[in-house]
Amino acid sequence: MSANPNAPAVELVDLKVGFGKVEVVDGVDLRLERGQAMALIGESGSGKSVTLRAILRLFPEGRSRTRGKIAVAGRDVLALSKRELADFRGHVAAMIFQEPLLAFDPVYTVGRQITEAIRRHEKIDAAGARQRALALFERVRIPSPERRLDAYPHEMSGGMRQRAMIALALACRPQVLLADEPTTALDATVQIQILLLLRELQRDLGLSIILVTHDLGAAVEVADRISVMYAGRIVETGTAHQVVLDPHHPYTIGLLRSRAEGALAKEVDGKRARLQTIPGSPPDLANRPAGCPFAPRCFLAIDKCRETPPSVEVGGGHLAACWRTEEASAAYRAGPQPVRAEAAA
Amino acid sequence: MTAPVTAATMALDGGIAPAASEVEPDAFVASRGYWGHVGHRLVRDPVAITAGAVILAIVVVAILSPWITPMDPYRGSMLRRLKPVGDATYWLGSDELGRDMLSRLMVGARLSLFMGVTPVLIAFVIGSSIGIVAGYVGGWTNTILMRTIDVFFAFPSVLLAIALSGALGAGIFNAIVSLTCVFVPQIARISESVTTGIRARDYIDAARLSGASALTIMRVQVLGNVVGPIFVYSTGLISVSMILASGLSFLGLGVRPPEPEWGLMLNTLRTAIYVNPTVAALPGLAIFIVSISFNLFSDGLRSAMEIRQ
Amino acid sequence: MSVIVQPADLAIAALRDRGGPAQPLLSVSGLVKHFPVRKGVGGKKSVVRAVDGVDFQALKGETLGIVGESGCGKSTTAKLLMGLIERDQGEMLFDGEAVGSRAMPWRTYRRQVQMVFQDSYASLNPRMTVEASIAFGPTVNGVGSREAIERARGLLARVGLEPKRFAGRYPHELSGGQRQRVNIARALALEPRLILLDEAVSALDKSVEAQVLNLLLDLKAEFGLTYLFISHDLNVVRFICDRVMVMYLGRVAELGPSDTVLAEPAHPYTQALLASMPSLDPDNRTQAALLTGDPPNPIDPPDGCRFHPRCRLAEPVCSQATPPLAPIAPLHQAACLARQPGSGHSLAPAAEQVAA
Repeated sequence: MSANPNAPAVELVDLKVGFGKVEVVDGVDLRLERGQAMALIGESGSGKSVTLRAILRLFPEGRSRTRGKIAVAGRDVLALSKRELADFRGHVAAMIFQEPLLAFDPVYTVGRQITEAIRRHEKIDAAGARQRALALFERVRIPSPERRLDAYPHEMSGGMRQRAMIALALACRPQVLLADEPTTALDATVQIQILLLLRELQRDLGLSIILVTHDLGAAVEVADRISVMYAGRIVETGTAHQVVLDPHHPYTIGLLRSRAEGALAKEVDGKRARLQTIPGSPPDLANRPAGCPFAPRCFLAIDKCRETPPSVEVGGGHLAACWRTEEASAAYRAGPQPVRAEAAA
Repeated sequence: MTAPVTAATMALDGGIAPAASEVEPDAFVASRGYWGHVGHRLVRDPVAITAGAVILAIVVVAILSPWITPMDPYRGSMLRRLKPVGDATYWLGSDELGRDMLSRLMVGARLSLFMGVTPVLIAFVIGSSIGIVAGYVGGWTNTILMRTIDVFFAFPSVLLAIALSGALGAGIFNAIVSLTCVFVPQIARISESVTTGIRARDYIDAARLSGASALTIMRVQVLGNVVGPIFVYSTGLISVSMILASGLSFLGLGVRPPEPEWGLMLNTLRTAIYVNPTVAALPGLAIFIVSISFNLFSDGLRSAMEIRQ
Repeated sequence: MSVIVQPADLAIAALRDRGGPAQPLLSVSGLVKHFPVRKGVGGKKSVVRAVDGVDFQALKGETLGIVGESGCGKSTTAKLLMGLIERDQGEMLFDGEAVGSRAMPWRTYRRQVQMVFQDSYASLNPRMTVEASIAFGPTVNGVGSREAIERARGLLARVGLEPKRFAGRYPHELSGGQRQRVNIARALALEPRLILLDEAVSALDKSVEAQVLNLLLDLKAEFGLTYLFISHDLNVVRFICDRVMVMYLGRVAELGPSDTVLAEPAHPYTQALLASMPSLDPDNRTQAALLTGDPPNPIDPPDGCRFHPRCRLAEPVCSQATPPLAPIAPLHQAACLARQPGSGHSLAPAAEQVAA
């Protein structure tokens, strides 16, 4: 199937995606090994979704510019012809979205859409395709799958639709699953079920997963590795353990500290506690500051930050794009650490 | 649980500012306001600007026509009937009574535009009031108003205009009344659906929570948001109104001869269509140009107004 | 820039507190709202029991959290409390006076209770400048327009938006966090005593959410506000709320101090909700979800305890008897038969069974 069985599942080298004058993704390097799950986290406008969509070349050529290298399972995605691209999508890499209703056609049953997707890519008879669809529904743990195959998208509840969309994405046995905020619109009780399902699929099917999310908690639940994006760049990447418990980039530290977990607004020594916040707001991508994009909001910024910092390795496979990783790490270890306390309820 | 705070401290005081570090910085943006943005976008739309210029030119010509027509639009000549377009004296030819077509078209623009704009303007005021009230108040009020309006939709607008004019009798005033009656339901229906959409927005709920009366909310919060779309729709009706008015005149239910009006001119010239088709087609061409200009202009206005709802 | 307060306003403010500190600010009992629905064309009529007998009190100066899945009735409760929809049954007392009575007509009540919505964009009029939106409320309540604008600017400064730069802007010229600050300023403009925050920080990015939460804490202390804080994020609720009310299918499942409820939940549903919060510890990830499937639909809810079909403690008695919201510890109430003496549930505490 793939050109090189040893090639990483996804490899991005200096990926840049621009719309008009704005460079939304500004030089992303990312490497996802086979069978690994990576979370790409960041706030709105950080370019995390754009990065993910660029992997499937979902942006129209005319209105966007994509440069750099995108390799999925050893294939050069930017060099694929239109026909190869159609085969690539779904077969090598498939995507799930925040809103499953957009992935389904409202006038056909869910089962029919899945069997059609299977038959588009493979020579298989209708009964066989339906068997596969049924197995997929069982795989994603949809109760009474036989009956649900004949349901229309609007007849399913939110969590069920999300599962059905995952089944659709898996229909052509992809090696890479790209998930764009798949649980953001769901209730917490449903979100955790979907996150656990993703983890299970990674383990049982050997899927490689990239999960885009703004929620650190969702990232920790699914991902082996976490990459933190800010203003179109990856500022820190490492194992979940490294990034969450031993952060080396001031932005990651700010994100961790501003969370309400463990912090209590109760009176302590007569003074109500406040959350630590990152001052200011993300930069306007059209007028990106020179050098480190986070410098204007950074508590450790120095003159040198006007030059773009390189990604430095601060631990085994743990990279941070900052001039002052040591100071940042020290500050985090010294400062209040609201992360561990009560995290596992 | 914190101790309750006495009500006296409720008095608002802006004195204490939050820590400066929490203020989100960003560059000062000169705000031109909503209509400023619309105007800015409109002047960048060449089609809409051209259409607007054509309308403006025709309006100016219509207003000035008594003083600038090359010839007397009412004086005919039996010898010089149906001269072709491009004649040395009659630039756009002459009609079946030998009157100068150019002069008659210029003077005719007055009545035609008047008949196009007036009914729409009146219907705009009446129809949008009905629609906004029905859309905002909802419930039974909505049902009664909108089902009454629906009765009018049972008839094609041409038929309705002819029937009303026929019942009221010929004449400019009656033609305006009947055309207004044709447009009120259409504008009311659009206003109602736009208002219903706005009504569901959170900011209307917020306004209700402030204790404002329904009338105040409709005037301050609803009107500004619905008037744009209704206006655009109404602008599109002006061309329809002109064509209907021409139709009424054509049937003898609107303007009476010898008054020049494009629809009436088209009617009287139809007998000459085999003799001099170009001249006979001129009033129709004038109607066509004005209505398409109004349509293109309202289209441009519509897209200019779609900033961010 | 400071807000000019008329002496008359101050006098009114001093008069507003009626019952003293011990009197709950808002007391709700037996609140019910059903919506009729029809299944399919000409199908049989049924009702959505959106809110089905809710009782609670918001104490003066506290932040009461309301949590639950979608369909639990928290948003409907908010709309009922604000009078945006009419209640079918139930009584609301505001500072001891029945809302809608002569002593507390809706108009008076509404001026003291304001709301901040989740969608910061939809809750601001796109055609009005920020200061006009804030000044609207005071203007319709008889404040002169110049004074109302002054007040709006003072409030903008107070919520951290420099009036010179922001007063004349339109909503689309602001970021989500800035818009939510404007919404908070608008809610404050009528000098309310109670503010209902309906998922007010849920749509914001985490770092902005933290800024807004801090602002809410400051404003509460400064103006002596009481908050009703509706949210699905238990971490935020734990941070900001004094007490928390857990709702399930239109009823209250558990109510108590947030430290207690979110640390030692008594109701199995609260336990399941807590277990659904993603772990932030990579070494200690969630192993299994306590709840399977989606939140049920409030049309035709099950008999007995509404949670019993999904409950891991369910016993036959749970499908027969409806558990009342009863105290299980001082200040802590739960509607679960397994926690109520003499309920017939095998896990029910025995101590008082002997006494009975």
